Amino acid sequence: MHYLLSRLGQAATVLLVAFTAAFLLLQAMPADALMIRFESPELGLSPDQIAELRIAYGVDAPLHVQYWHSLSGVLRGDLGYSIESGTAVSTILADALPRTLTLAGLSLVLAVLVAFAIAFAASLSRFTWLRSALRAAPSLFVSVPVFWLGIVLIQIFSFRLGWVPVINPGPVEGLILPVLTLAVPISAPLAQVLVRSMDAVSLQPFVVVTRAKGASELWTQWHAVLRNAVLPTMTMAGVLFGELIAGAVVTETVFARAGIGRITEQAVRTQDIPVLQGVVLMAAAVFVAINLTVDLLYPRVDPRLRGKVAATR
Amino acid sequence: MSAAQAASTGTALVRVRDLSVTYQGTSGAVPAVRQVSFDVEPGAAVALVGESGSGKTTTVQTLLGLLAHNGQRTGGQVVFDGADITGWSGKQLRAALGKRIGYVPQDPNNSLNPVRRVGDNLAEVLRIHKWGDRAAIRARVVDLLDRVGIPEPELRARQYPHELSGGMKQRVLIAGAIALEPELIIADEATSALDVTVQRRVLDLLDELRAELGTAILLVTHDLAVAADRADDVVVLKDGAVQEAGPTATVLSHPEHPYTQQLLRDAPAFAVDAPAPAAAPTASGRPDVVQVSDLVKEFSLGRRRERFRAVDGVSFTIPEGTTHALVGESGSGKTTTARMVLGFEQPTSGAVTVARQRVDGKRGRAWRDLRASMQMVYQNPFSSLDPRQSIEEILTEPLRNFSLASGADLTRRVREQMDQVALPAAMLDRRPAELSGGQRQRVAIARALILRPQVVVLDEPVSALDVTVQAQVLELLSTLQQELGVTYLFISHDLAVVRRLAHTVSVLQHGRVVESGPVHRVFTDPREPYTQELIAAIPGQGRAAVRT
Repeated sequence: MHYLLSRLGQAATVLLVAFTAAFLLLQAMPADALMIRFESPELGLSPDQIAELRIAYGVDAPLHVQYWHSLSGVLRGDLGYSIESGTAVSTILADALPRTLTLAGLSLVLAVLVAFAIAFAASLSRFTWLRSALRAAPSLFVSVPVFWLGIVLIQIFSFRLGWVPVINPGPVEGLILPVLTLAVPISAPLAQVLVRSMDAVSLQPFVVVTRAKGASELWTQWHAVLRNAVLPTMTMAGVLFGELIAGAVVTETVFARAGIGRITEQAVRTQDIPVLQGVVLMAAAVFVAINLTVDLLYPRVDPRLRGKVAATR
Repeated sequence: MSAAQAASTGTALVRVRDLSVTYQGTSGAVPAVRQVSFDVEPGAAVALVGESGSGKTTTVQTLLGLLAHNGQRTGGQVVFDGADITGWSGKQLRAALGKRIGYVPQDPNNSLNPVRRVGDNLAEVLRIHKWGDRAAIRARVVDLLDRVGIPEPELRARQYPHELSGGMKQRVLIAGAIALEPELIIADEATSALDVTVQRRVLDLLDELRAELGTAILLVTHDLAVAADRADDVVVLKDGAVQEAGPTATVLSHPEHPYTQQLLRDAPAFAVDAPAPAAAPTASGRPDVVQVSDLVKEFSLGRRRERFRAVDGVSFTIPEGTTHALVGESGSGKTTTARMVLGFEQPTSGAVTVARQRVDGKRGRAWRDLRASMQMVYQNPFSSLDPRQSIEEILTEPLRNFSLASGADLTRRVREQMDQVALPAAMLDRRPAELSGGQRQRVAIARALILRPQVVVLDEPVSALDVTVQAQVLELLSTLQQELGVTYLFISHDLAVVRRLAHTVSVLQHGRVVESGPVHRVFTDPREPYTQELIAAIPGQGRAAVRT
C-alpha cells in the first residue's frame, strides 16, 4: 500500500515536470499560432484588432501568470481551445485517442507475439544456422525505418497485390498495414532483450535441475526459462509502448489515418500551442500509466519482489 | 578391461569404463576426463573425490547426458543397468532421468525455480513422467516433503523457494530426486553450500533413504571428510584421471598415491594432529587492538512487527597479533558483527574500538581515515576483485586513495607486497580472470595488507577454495601474522579451519555468544551443548581414527 502511494506520487511528479518542460519549450518558440492565423494579409485585421485578440487569448500576460493559468486549467480538466479550429483540446484528443490506442495496442500485441516467437524458436531450434538467423533477425528489424516500411508495405500489398485497400478501407482492413508497420521495429528490441535474458536464465542451476528431471527442451524452456526471463522484457515493452505513440505520428501520416499522430503533425505545422501542450501531457500520462502498470505487475510475475521485508533479515 | 569383460562381470548398477571427455575451447581441444573407470553397485555409496578441475563434475554430466555443448565424449562407455547409455537418444535418456536416476545439485539456493511454489517445483518431476493425476500428485508432494523432514509440509508446499532456508531447500531437492524412487541418486557437492550441522542432517537423510529404498548414491565431493564418513568406496580424481580407488577404509588408512596423501594432509577435518597456529602468544602484556563490548544490532521487520535482533550483546577483545574467530551457522550474526567492527553497519547499541579509536558513530572523513587501519578479505575471490582492473591497479588503488605512495615508491611497495604473498611480479599485468582461485585470494590478501592495517577481517577467506589451496592460504595468513604482527578477526562456519588459524574463538548462535575461550580449550572441552553439536558435526571424525 505504501509502495503504491509512493509510486503514484512519483507518477504525479513526472507529469508535472513533463507539463512544465513542454510549457517552457513551446513558449520559447519564435512564432506563435496567433500570428500564423491572424496576421496573414487576406484576413485584413488591423494591428489593434490583433492586439485585442492576443489579450483575449491571454498570450500577452507574463509567463508565470500564463503558466499558472494553464496549470490550474489542466487540474480542472480544461486543456484550453485549439487556436486553429477553436474546438476544445480535450474534445480533439478524446476523439483521436481511441484510434491511436487501438493502433498502438494492436501493434504492441503483435510485436510481443513476434518477439516471443523469435526468442522461443531461437532457443529451441536444433539447427545452428537457424538459431543464428533468428538471432540476427531483430537487428535487421530494428534498423528498418518506419516511414520506409509503411510505403513499401503499401506498394506491395495494396498496389501490386491488391490484397488490402488503402483508399477508403474498412475499419479492420485499414488497421492491417499500419499495425504491421509499427509492430516490426518494435518487436526487434523486445526479441533481443528476451533472447538475451533467456540465454542468461538458461545457465541457472535450476534449469539444469529441470533437465536432470528428464524434461524435454520444450518443457524446460516453457516452464523453467520463460517466466524467469520475462521481467526485463516487460520493462522494455513499457518503454516501447510510449515510443509507439510517437511512432504513430509517422504511421498515421503515411497511411492518412486520423489519430493523435495526425493531430500532432497538424498542430506542429500551425504551431497550435494548446493542442501541442495537450498532446505532450497526454503522451506523458500514457507513458507514466504504462510504466506504473509494469511496476505493479512485477511482483505478480516474480514472487521474490512481494513483501521484500520478510525475505531480508 | 575389454567391453566383453565389463559386460560379463557382476551386477554393477553403473559401470563407467575408460570414459574420456574433451572440451572444445578456443585454443583447441582440452581433455577434461581421461579414461575414468569405476563401478557403483546397487544400493552402494560411492564418492567421487577431487578438487575443482579434476573432472568429477564432467564425469557426472556425462552420466546425466547433460554435457555442455562444447563437451564431447571421445571414448569409453557408461553402462547403466546393463545398457550403454552413451548410445541412447535424447528421448531414451530423458525417460530415465528423474525416474531411474535422481540428481541433487550443488547449490540449493539457485536450484529451485524461484517463480514457482515449492510444491510445484517438487511436482514437476512427477508431471514430466506423467505420474498420477493432480490430486495424487498433490498428496505425493506433501508425503515427500514430510519424508525428507520438512515440518508443516502443506504450508511449505505453498511457499516460494526464497521463503525457505538453504537446508530446507536442499531437502526439497532431495525429495525431488527420490520422488520416483530411482535406482541411483547423483549428489553433486550436495552439501558444500550448507552449514556443518545442516550438512550432517542432510547427509544423514541421504543415508536413511539409501537404507530404506535401496538406492545407490554417487557422491561427488571435494571434501574427503564427507567421503570418509558416508561412502563405501572412494574414487580419487585429479586432472581428469583416477589416481586411486577402492574401499574407503583402505584408501584412507593406507593411501598409496602421493596425491591422496596430500589431500589427507590438507583436509582440515583430518588435521587433528596439525600444528596449532604458530606460537599462540600469551595475551598478557599485549594490548587489545580490537575491543567489542555489548554490541547489539536490531533490524526492523516492518511496522507493527517485533524488531529482529541479529546481534545480541556480543563482546570480545583481540590482543595484538593474534587471531580471534567468530564461529556460527548462517544467520548467527557473525557477518553482521564483523560489519559493525569495520563500521559498515552502525550498532543499535554497544561500542567498537579498533586501535584505541571508536569505530561506531564515525561518519564521513573520520571514518575514512580509520579505514587505513582496518581492512577486509572477502569470501569469494571471484567477485571481490574488479575484473577490469589489472592486479597492479588493484594493489595500487588503496595506496593512491590514501596518498601513501607515488612514483617509484608505489611500484616498489606493490612489488614487495606481491613478494610477501608469494606471487610473481610478472602477474601484475594480468587481470583477475587469468588467475586461479587461490592466486586471486592471495591478491585480495595483498590488497588488504598493502596499507599495513592493524586489523584485517577475514570473512570466510578459504571456504571458496579447494582443500590443498585452503591449506596454502591458511599457511600464508599465519606466516604474515608472525611477520607483520597484524591482528585477524576470522569469520568462519568451518570449525576445522578455525582450529588451524585462530587463537581464541567465540561461538555464536542466534546473535549471542554461547561460548568463548582459547581455541584448544573450546575444541577439546566444549562446555555448551551447541558447541558440542557443532564439533560433532564436523565431517571426517568417524574415520579419522583409522589413519593413526
